[in-house]
Amino acid sequence: MDTYKEIIPLILPGLTITLKVLVASVALAISVAFVAGLARLSRFALVRKITAVYVELFRGTSLLVQLFWIFFALPAFGIQFSPFLASVVALGLNYGAYGSEVVRSAILAIPNGQTEASIALNMTRWQRMRLVILPQALRIMLPGFGNNAIELLKGTSLVSLITLTDLTYKGLIIQNNNLSYTFPVFVVLLLFYFIIALPLIFGVRKLEKNASRGVAKA
Amino acid sequence: MSLGLMEKQLNNQQVADQEQALVKYENVKKQFGDNEVLKGLNLAIQPGEKVALIGPSGSGKTTIIRMLMTLEKPTSGVITIGGEPLWHKKVGEKLVPADEKHLRRLRTDIGMVFQHFNLFPHMTILRNVTEAPIHVLGLSKEEATERAVDMLNKVGLGDKLDAYPEQLSGGQKQRVAIARAVVMRPKVMLFDEVTSALDPELVGEVLQVIKDLAEETDMAMILVTHEMDFARDVADRVVFLHNGQIEEQGKPSEILENPKSERLQSFLSRFLA
Ligand SMILES: Nc1ncnc2c1ncn2[C@@H]1O[C@H](COP(=O)(O)OP(=O)(O)OP(=O)(O)O)[C@@H](O)[C@H]1O
Ligand SMILES: [Mg+2]
Repeated sequence: MDTYKEIIPLILPGLTITLKVLVASVALAISVAFVAGLARLSRFALVRKITAVYVELFRGTSLLVQLFWIFFALPAFGIQFSPFLASVVALGLNYGAYGSEVVRSAILAIPNGQTEASIALNMTRWQRMRLVILPQALRIMLPGFGNNAIELLKGTSLVSLITLTDLTYKGLIIQNNNLSYTFPVFVVLLLFYFIIALPLIFGVRKLEKNASRGVAKA
Repeated sequence: MSLGLMEKQLNNQQVADQEQALVKYENVKKQFGDNEVLKGLNLAIQPGEKVALIGPSGSGKTTIIRMLMTLEKPTSGVITIGGEPLWHKKVGEKLVPADEKHLRRLRTDIGMVFQHFNLFPHMTILRNVTEAPIHVLGLSKEEATERAVDMLNKVGLGDKLDAYPEQLSGGQKQRVAIARAVVMRPKVMLFDEVTSALDPELVGEVLQVIKDLAEETDMAMILVTHEMDFARDVADRVVFLHNGQIEEQGKPSEILENPKSERLQSFLSRFLA
């Protein structure tokens, strides 16, 4: 028990960092997901193509490589990020790419009759999207977003590899300094990640239950 | 009568025709792939006129009104509303394809009620009816609410303002959809078999609402329907379509009681049973 009492305060600052990375990258990922998801449905072919390239690039390569690129390779082009910013950008762009598919498929899931009804009411394109399609699509998206957020949380542990002192980084330092702490350190890490994930998991369950309410059926 | 005078009268007549017709289909063709659905439709609808479109399945009734609602683009020909081409824009003397801005301006005069209601499921009944008046017509919330409540009372749903579409019966939903379209005050309203998705016992209430509406307003109506009694009661003119062409048209009494063409006779005989 004393070991745990010793470890937990040492790891706690890492928890703060992990939470900060999580919140900032989820925010970025959601923004990117909406912009890219809508862009993939644009009526301009060029916009659709460029976005598709971005999405496939970030889904088709590993998060770790993207992280290294943004932190180690971009400085060669004169773009230098702090470890925190590099982490948020990499996680945000990577999960934003996955999220854009969630946005896209949710919008496509709304039956055409909804668009036709809003055309018949003479709404503009943007009004159709904002007042009719998105509010319904959002209910379908939310569980997907929740699942992505859980994945993103797991992905945050990689940021320790670009020297950001998150939960995992703190844990590894303690374990390195005292190998007999190996087991308790990983127990604590496991618990902490799980505790952060728990509200997300319950949130997703609840959202899944409500996803079909207030959404038009085909 | 002198030739000059006759010519003048003829010209006047043409001008009057053009000015009078609210909606005009001029040699309108529509093709889906190889399937030629409309083969040069000519049809004019006067302001306030109620026209029933009847005809067998696949004859092109839905396509005709969807093209007017700008949901389907004609392959060739011109549709005018209020004398202006709907799908084309005049640039100088030339007609070029219409842009969204042009379509939005002309759509102001057109409203539609769909077979499957297409209510907005995430909005209350009241908001379903106020949303477009507020955002499209720019009415204040108070004005829009007043107009909506008024109309919802008229269709007998004044007590359902805060309900959601899923809590209503099909007949009630369709009455909301009618109210939603009417508050936009279009000059022509399109109805596409608005009772054919309803349980038989709910058909009457919806038809009654449309009948009342037809009597009270000077809105023109194009009603696609399989309800012949309803067509007789409401329509000024019945148009019978067959294979994408007008086979016969005229007053409801003529068309429904004294059909001339064999096709119309056999079509109507199916409704006698
Ligand atoms: N979007 C489309 N794509 C391809 N073919 C279509 C499309 N819409 C209609 N058609 C075809 O056009 C023809 C006319 O269809 P339309 O829906 O206008 O007929 P209708 O008279 O309304 O028939 P119904 O009484 O069954 O509603 C049919 O052969 C139909 O298969
Ligand atoms: Mg039809």
